[in-house]
Amino acid sequence: MGFNWNWEFTWEILPKLLHATLNTLMAAGLGYAIAVVLGMVFALAQRTPYWALTKVVREVIEFIRSTPLILQIFFVYYVGPQFGLKLGPWTAGMIAIGLHYSAYLSEVYRGGLEAVPKGQWEACTALNMSTRDTYLRIVIPQAIPPALAGMGNYLVGIFKDTPMLSVIGVAELMHTANAIGSSSYRYLEPYTLVGIIFLAISLPTAGLIRLFEGYVRRKLGLK
Amino acid sequence: MSYLDFLKEYGPRFWDGALVTAGQFLLATALAIAIALTAGLMKLSRNRIVHGAAVVYIEIFRGTSLLVQLYWIFFVLPLFGITLEKFTAGFVAVGMNLGAYGAELVRGGIQSVPKGQWEAAYALSMSPAKRMWRIILPQAFVNMLPPWGNLLIELLKNTALVALISVSDLMFEAKQINGSTFLSAQTFGTALIIYYILARFIVTPFMRWLELVMRRKLGRA
Repeated sequence: MGFNWNWEFTWEILPKLLHATLNTLMAAGLGYAIAVVLGMVFALAQRTPYWALTKVVREVIEFIRSTPLILQIFFVYYVGPQFGLKLGPWTAGMIAIGLHYSAYLSEVYRGGLEAVPKGQWEACTALNMSTRDTYLRIVIPQAIPPALAGMGNYLVGIFKDTPMLSVIGVAELMHTANAIGSSSYRYLEPYTLVGIIFLAISLPTAGLIRLFEGYVRRKLGLK
Repeated sequence: MSYLDFLKEYGPRFWDGALVTAGQFLLATALAIAIALTAGLMKLSRNRIVHGAAVVYIEIFRGTSLLVQLYWIFFVLPLFGITLEKFTAGFVAVGMNLGAYGAELVRGGIQSVPKGQWEAAYALSMSPAKRMWRIILPQAFVNMLPPWGNLLIELLKNTALVALISVSDLMFEAKQINGSTFLSAQTFGTALIIYYILARFIVTPFMRWLELVMRRKLGRA
């Protein structure tokens, strides 16, 4: 075989890979959507007055953050059927990756929430606002802008971690490249193309996120 | 089968897997530190070619997935005449990937050393190499230790991917045991707990201890 790039083969597999890229993007988007919401729930749960809840959530987050995502994906996918709950690869994958990144995002939110000055809280108390209103209308809107950089990094991070979903059979980019590789015995083109596609998406996204972050900061008069 | 029986029967295999994981972790860490230092210093270079090479390396390895890099090193590199054994390919991929992230930490750490330190070393007419080794790097090292702690946890977690090229690490053993027993909760649960113990009770305390020692050495504690 040796090193010889086959352009004909490249054009043949490129449409398949680009199609799979859509699945990759969808997986990243869905996983991120779960993480954005669940992360906030985790962050807020650590600010409740119930220390048992706070403690448990804290430990759960630590546990999720210090164990490998790939193992968590296997865990979610295989443990369900053992107890009679069968999850499809997509469902299991989204739960695992969403949960994993929600632990990371909750830390980002936590930093943002803690950075909101105490005076804001006191002003809300003085105005007789409910805790719910204080969070939704005053605290969270101020906590998000400083958290945007971290949130953006994890968006790129979740995108780069989607190839792990191939191990449970989610038909994303890596899974398609593996299938092409094992049916044609050519690994050079599929794996190199996957690398290029990842670069072509993650580098501009990282740049855009940086621009967007600057825009939001300027808009809110933070810098 | 009770969980205790399960542990009695499969405990040794988890242990063997954990040892391979530890080996992968140590070798990948050594490689990542070497690469981070080299690429981080190169990125600070004023020479455009040296700087450019570091940027290309860092962006390629940070812009793609570790899994893609691992497969590329294991399946594609042989086509170029470089065949790595799976154990080697595993820690090389993990080390090269995390080294790219570490390079940014090295760069940031060096830039965080106050300018006066550079000027003082210059005033004492130290050679650039001596200035870097004796004055700048030790201080940069202390500054970047906390983010390195996080990076090493990431590295430990990422070594689990080497199971996908059949390195018999903890993840691989768990997969094998699950395949033969179908006791998924016990198998993957045990593996998760072992990874947690490694990260939380070995890597993190070691890094905290190192931070303390280094700060003391520089008279900052």
